[in-house]
Amino acid sequence: MDKPSPGLVRSHCVGTTAVVYASDYLNKLTGEKIERECRRQLDCGCRALVIDFSDTQLVNSIGISILLGIIDVAERNGARVVFSEVNDQTVELFEMLGLTRHVVLAKDEHEALLNLSHYETTPTVH
Amino acid sequence: MEPSTQKLIHTFGALADLGQEIAGTGDFTEMVRTSLHLLLGTLALRRGAVAECIDEGSLRCVAVWGLGDELLSGWTIAETEKHQLLDAEAKECLVRYSDKSFISRNFDGLSNSGIELVLPMIVRGDVTGLVLLGGKASGEEFSNADFETIKAMTRHIGVGIHTHRLLEQVAQRAEENRRLYEELRAIYRDTVRAFAAAIDIKDKYTQGHSERVGRYSEIIAQEMGWSEQEVEGIQIAGYLHDIGKLIVDRDIINAPYHIDAKRSSDLNRHPAAGYEILSPINHPYADIPLMAKYHHERLDGRGYPDGLTDEQIPMGAKIVSLADAFDAMTTDRPYRRRRSFEDVVRDLRENSGKQFDGKVVTAFARAILKEVNGEAKKRPITKMLGKGYLEGENVRGLLTDLISELESRSRGAAAQTVTS
Ligand SMILES: [Fe+2]
Repeated sequence: MDKPSPGLVRSHCVGTTAVVYASDYLNKLTGEKIERECRRQLDCGCRALVIDFSDTQLVNSIGISILLGIIDVAERNGARVVFSEVNDQTVELFEMLGLTRHVVLAKDEHEALLNLSHYETTPTVH
Repeated sequence: MEPSTQKLIHTFGALADLGQEIAGTGDFTEMVRTSLHLLLGTLALRRGAVAECIDEGSLRCVAVWGLGDELLSGWTIAETEKHQLLDAEAKECLVRYSDKSFISRNFDGLSNSGIELVLPMIVRGDVTGLVLLGGKASGEEFSNADFETIKAMTRHIGVGIHTHRLLEQVAQRAEENRRLYEELRAIYRDTVRAFAAAIDIKDKYTQGHSERVGRYSEIIAQEMGWSEQEVEGIQIAGYLHDIGKLIVDRDIINAPYHIDAKRSSDLNRHPAAGYEILSPINHPYADIPLMAKYHHERLDGRGYPDGLTDEQIPMGAKIVSLADAFDAMTTDRPYRRRRSFEDVVRDLRENSGKQFDGKVVTAFARAILKEVNGEAKKRPITKMLGKGYLEGENVRGLLTDLISELESRSRGAAAQTVTS
């Protein structure tokens, strides 16, 4: 797994999927770093994003706004977004605010990648 | 947790953050950007912008999220349209797509960008700017509670922008005042200089004397490590030190020979007269009247008008006194030619501690030495003394000897103070 430099966001790639790790408190400072990292990964040709919330205790309003921005950019790039290992309280928040309409929630990173690989291998010809 | 409770907590958190952001003194654009994020994140709105009204109804986009940066470029809002938005604010604080002319005029641009709400930010009855918002990520319609939250947060952001503008105006005023003050000081200095020239005109043999005394005083004070403000002050004092001569009979000043006792006492009135002239004036620098009053005092108490001794004489007056005497010695007078530099140095050495303060003489000698050694960027003393005066072979030696002798005297005096 890639070691983050100080002030950088931890991330790694599995095929064309980028896994980005959110920090313990998703606010403006950390949110913007994650957003930059996601944009960078999409610019590098990633087709899907997994944002891992295993370290995240709290998401504030700015965090929500930034996550919506990431979803927006991903949609415009034709990339899918999966949130993994989100704690119960944050799941409730995401559901209440309607974020779950735009992203898939996965139990953990493994399930997220599985979900995406299924999507990738599913034939799109009807 | 009940969804409504959770929503309340989430909204409260955002409002608290918003309050803190607006009260902060950080960067303006960053403040608005963060505020917009907080507003969008509270209701999970996918896009939005904050624009401020600037000159002549132009709108300037300060923060944008989820929209192209070019949104609002070239958009304007007329006074009448502001009033329509104000009316709308009064009724329900919110303008949805409607027949309001600003919105109908820009309907295509707004709807193509996915903007669903346009809210005016109103502070003290004036439209500070607009908040433009897209729909909710949940796809739901805005509820009445949502509207209340949006209105409250929009008002907060409006106040933040307004406060920032006020602070900016205050800073601008302060800068204007500073510049004005600088200008006034320059005008004051020029006026004083012109005045100095007028004083000198009265004395046909000493033209330029006051100006030179001002310059020498400035140089000495600088060498003594005075602050910029103090140095400017002493320069002014030098320009004005002989202002009292304006009330002395021109014939006495211009007498081409040593004057008798009666005339001498008339002439000796000039420092006190200078004080009388200068003290009612509100100078931007301290102690100018006193420096004029005491520029003929001596450390040994044999000066005039008050016969003060060493400690009683203000340092500024001591500086002007030396500058005055130095100029008198180094310029031609009606009854004698100017003295050689060697002769001047001898006088300074002999009179240090009697007429002049040794520390002041040392500082002046150092400043001259710097010019002689080519260590000074400019050479105002050399220029004032004229070509050749400081070019003698022994000039450097004379100065270094004078400095070291005065320094050793002052060390001796310090040691004596310690032992006694
Ligand atoms: Fe004088």
